[in-house]
Amino acid sequence: MITHPDSPFKDGVKPGTTTAFFTDSTLCIGCKACEVACKEWNQIDSDGYNWTGFSYDNTGALGHSTWRHVKFVEDAPVAGVGGWAANHDANFSFSSDVCKHCENAGCLEACPTGALVRTDFGGVFLQPDICNGCSYCVTACPFGVVQKNPDDGRAFKCTFCTDRQNAGLHPACATACPTESIMFGEINDLHERAKDRLQELHQRGIDDAMVYDPVETSVGGIHAFFLLRGDPRTYNLPPKPEVPTIYLRSGWRSAALAAGLMAVGTVFAFLSDRNGATR
Amino acid sequence: MPSLGATYGRGGATTAQQSLADSDAILIMGSSMAENHPVGFQWVMEARNKGATVMHVDPRFTRTSAMADIWAPIRAGSDIAFLGGIVHYILENERDFREYVLHYTNAAVVLRDDMKLPDENEGVFSGWDSQTDKYDPETWLYKGEKKKTAGGTQPGHEEASGGHAQDRGGEAGDGTPYEMDMTLQNPRCVYQVLKRHFARYTPDVVEQISGCPKDVFLKICEALVNASGPEKTAAICYAVGWTHHSTGVQIIRTAAIIQLLLGNIGRPGGGVMALRGHASIQGSTDIPTLYDILPGYLPMPFYKEDGRSLDVYCEKHTTETGLWHDFPNYFVSLMKAYYGDAATKENDWGFHLLPKLTGDHSHLGFTLDMMEGQVEGMFIMGENPGVGSPNARVQRKALSKLKWLVVRDLVEIESASFWYDSPEVERGELKPEENATEVFLFPAASHVEKEGSFTNTQRLLQFHEKAIEPPEDCRSETNFVFHLGKRLKEMAAQDANPIHEPLRAMTWDYPVEGKHEEPVVDVIMREINGYTTADRKLIGDFNNLKADGSTASGAWIYCGMYPEEGRNLPRAKEAHDFLGHGWGFAWPKDIRIIYNRASARPDGSPWSEKKALIWWDAAQKKWTGHDKPDFGPTTAPDYKPAKDAKGVDGLAGDKPFTLHPDGMGWLWVSSGLKDGPLPTHYEPLESTSKNSLYPKHESNPAAEKKIRSYNDYAYLRDERFPFVLTTYRMTEHHTAGGMSRSLPHLAELQPAMFCEISPELAAQRDIEHGQFATIMSPRGIIEARVLVTNRMHPMKVEGKIVHQVGLPYHWGSKGITTGDSANDLLAISEEPNVRIMETKALVCNIFPGRRPRGKEALAMLKDLMRETA
Repeated sequence: MITHPDSPFKDGVKPGTTTAFFTDSTLCIGCKACEVACKEWNQIDSDGYNWTGFSYDNTGALGHSTWRHVKFVEDAPVAGVGGWAANHDANFSFSSDVCKHCENAGCLEACPTGALVRTDFGGVFLQPDICNGCSYCVTACPFGVVQKNPDDGRAFKCTFCTDRQNAGLHPACATACPTESIMFGEINDLHERAKDRLQELHQRGIDDAMVYDPVETSVGGIHAFFLLRGDPRTYNLPPKPEVPTIYLRSGWRSAALAAGLMAVGTVFAFLSDRNGATR
Repeated sequence: MPSLGATYGRGGATTAQQSLADSDAILIMGSSMAENHPVGFQWVMEARNKGATVMHVDPRFTRTSAMADIWAPIRAGSDIAFLGGIVHYILENERDFREYVLHYTNAAVVLRDDMKLPDENEGVFSGWDSQTDKYDPETWLYKGEKKKTAGGTQPGHEEASGGHAQDRGGEAGDGTPYEMDMTLQNPRCVYQVLKRHFARYTPDVVEQISGCPKDVFLKICEALVNASGPEKTAAICYAVGWTHHSTGVQIIRTAAIIQLLLGNIGRPGGGVMALRGHASIQGSTDIPTLYDILPGYLPMPFYKEDGRSLDVYCEKHTTETGLWHDFPNYFVSLMKAYYGDAATKENDWGFHLLPKLTGDHSHLGFTLDMMEGQVEGMFIMGENPGVGSPNARVQRKALSKLKWLVVRDLVEIESASFWYDSPEVERGELKPEENATEVFLFPAASHVEKEGSFTNTQRLLQFHEKAIEPPEDCRSETNFVFHLGKRLKEMAAQDANPIHEPLRAMTWDYPVEGKHEEPVVDVIMREINGYTTADRKLIGDFNNLKADGSTASGAWIYCGMYPEEGRNLPRAKEAHDFLGHGWGFAWPKDIRIIYNRASARPDGSPWSEKKALIWWDAAQKKWTGHDKPDFGPTTAPDYKPAKDAKGVDGLAGDKPFTLHPDGMGWLWVSSGLKDGPLPTHYEPLESTSKNSLYPKHESNPAAEKKIRSYNDYAYLRDERFPFVLTTYRMTEHHTAGGMSRSLPHLAELQPAMFCEISPELAAQRDIEHGQFATIMSPRGIIEARVLVTNRMHPMKVEGKIVHQVGLPYHWGSKGITTGDSANDLLAISEEPNVRIMETKALVCNIFPGRRPRGKEALAMLKDLMRETA
């Protein structure tokens, strides 16, 4: 099971609770059971059968047909040092990536049709029957999570297993995870656990551990946060993700400035024309 | 596992996976547990979070190493040198758990004067016969121990045996009488012999043979030893990375010795965890698919030896003291389950109806027989030898020599399609139009389409329900075998030929249900559990089985899974303690940690509060605690047996290993193992390195290479094959791929056959990452995509750099993703005790680029073979 035995949450998801994923990559064994469980539950196609040569990762990245993705990061191990050795950097790590279900979600703000909505559990849900395939959400996602399915033109991403949550179940990926690397629960409860875990790891000499949860940027925090080792960029996570709409004001300002300048230019053109005519 | 059987008494894992969470150190070796047992690995992670040291010893840095504190790289095939080094470290520094060792092991037993160790005898133990290439184990007996004479050869040393009956431990010999030196000073006592034998396995020698840096090796020794003692326990986990060697049984023996010396057996967080290959592999030896044992590890009788009569058979396998004194109870109850009323006292309970073994009918043995055209037909169920068995080229060709072949599987596997779609067809070796084998492919029901039980790695029976009816013609194994048996019985009834008498006598009256006439599994399980023959009342304890025909039991060790009417313990799913009691049923008697008498001191009190498991309650005069006692429930710690006491009553109250006739854990195995009483480092049958310890016998002399024109070997240090080859599996696939290569969501995760090599080897052979490479052994030629990774290390062995090539073995010509089979490169060889092949350490050569197509591939291999070594 994924919630702590003491958690009031363990009997299922109560409607109205704000839920989250806390993915602790120091517990991930790279088995990809989350990917398979996700695809089985959501009935998603395979990505094709391409051997990538990127360690053991052949599904590559999150996309329209991969809503959970385990990233593999290889370094050069030395004899005597396992991946859990204290006072050493990680040498072979795995992290299960997923839609972050942002507090301020770029995709949701960009969607012109209302296909993207905020659910009762705080997640961001894409309704495929309303999506018109404009792809604004694809470019608006600061994490590159949303992708258009080239076959039917619509965008797809993690549903946060809203259907399962509505039925009182935990998401498929968290249920399948054998090592409790993917934890699912009430968001504040998980924030506490992430804080405790980080402290524990630092005490243990796992110095490169960090919690990835960009609260200080315009994203304003995420509903799927991570405990990682090393630089988040190694796991394809931007160190300072921003929602594109924060550029709206400066964008409009620039546009207004440009328009003003253009108007002034036009006026000048006419003036100089008149001047010329005078001459 | 005969090694665990010979050392402790039973072949099964000694502990429960849940108990790993209580370990202070866990050594994983011969296994990538995180990858191949990810669910059980959660308890390793739990232990790690509590502060346990997790160690992984492996030729590759794997996903398990990524979870470990310490990763120790070794050259594939050097396991005994490494583990022998740990034994040496413990003894040299006197770090053994002395009180445990003195009372619970045979360390103090004095051995015969004419026994010689390999160091004194040119690399072999005394008793080696170089004419027959076999051991006579007589000199290995305890001083004064009687040699068994009934039934021909010493039990466990039969010519044709596969040795699995030693899983029962007690068969090895009587072990009595014996003399002991409790000071451990006698140079002929086991402790001193052990010390002498392992004296050469110093840290320097370990580094020289295994390539593992000395300081890393010592780190592991210290972690293991520091996590053992009254207050602490360490566990060892292994899988087929140990078993699949020509010295596999002895590798596991070395670990078993370490755990006895450190006092880690029978205690929470300790033990040897034998991780089984897949869902019911433990079950398939308990109720065997093996040729040499009957259910419950009762040995198959041998023609002309113990097969002559019931008396000879029982005399050979019954011990005076210990649990195997009750051997006839289990055997007669089995015969009553098999033959019902046709088994009577007058006809020796139908002993004449049982088949008697005449030779090596193991999978590998009969494959060679098939190749020679000596086998007419074959059933393949739950296996895919055309991909998953060694020398897969020969496996597929052998199938073509059959008249008929029945394959039952979920999909059409390579073992069914070999005659029209295989590398042999591509190369013109097999021609579909000339194929004479009639292949019958039957669709099988999957595990959700049938009910029954799995017996997993920790001897745990778990019941699974049928979720949906199998579609169309798909049927369960139970259904297929039951209806096949029914038809055979009908045919036998029409034919008076005495050869059919066993078929006629067999009880085969299970009721059926549903439209597919599915036999009722519950009734079969009741029969396996056992009942009284008069009124069919369930028997809750195997101690109540009798040899007088009044009881029947299909597998005595499973007795108690149906303790009484209306209770099916394998179906139970409410675990209520840290050992998982309440979830499933662990044989024997729902004991989760076996030999748990050893969790208490000789006087019956726990070694420590922290590691208390069971203890003697003097007021109530019984054993109590967190587990069911694997001991007489009311046998007091100070109990001393009367001189002529038999069975378990013949063992004192401080003898935890009740299947052994002396009640002790066997550091020294006086009989029952065909390749020696102690482990010795031998090189693999094919090796790039020399054996500097025993140059006269470089590889296990008792192992069989089965050399044939189609099963050829490289020479020692053959320059044509300069690299070590090792095979393994990935998390994403299931063994030979029949259950995973056909499923999109699994196939996409590992979509192509690939090899793993180090950057150094890639540079040396001009091989590019992401491209193809061609890999050859004396048996075959395959191609694979190349994964160049720093997780593969060149090793310095005997002063020379050794490169290793890693190959997963999941691919074949069928399924969504296809590829060459690693098993095409492997040899059919037989470890002497269990007749298992060596898949983990062989030799190969590797070249850049794809292999040629068609006949030219074989020509390329021939060219390489022609180069003189």
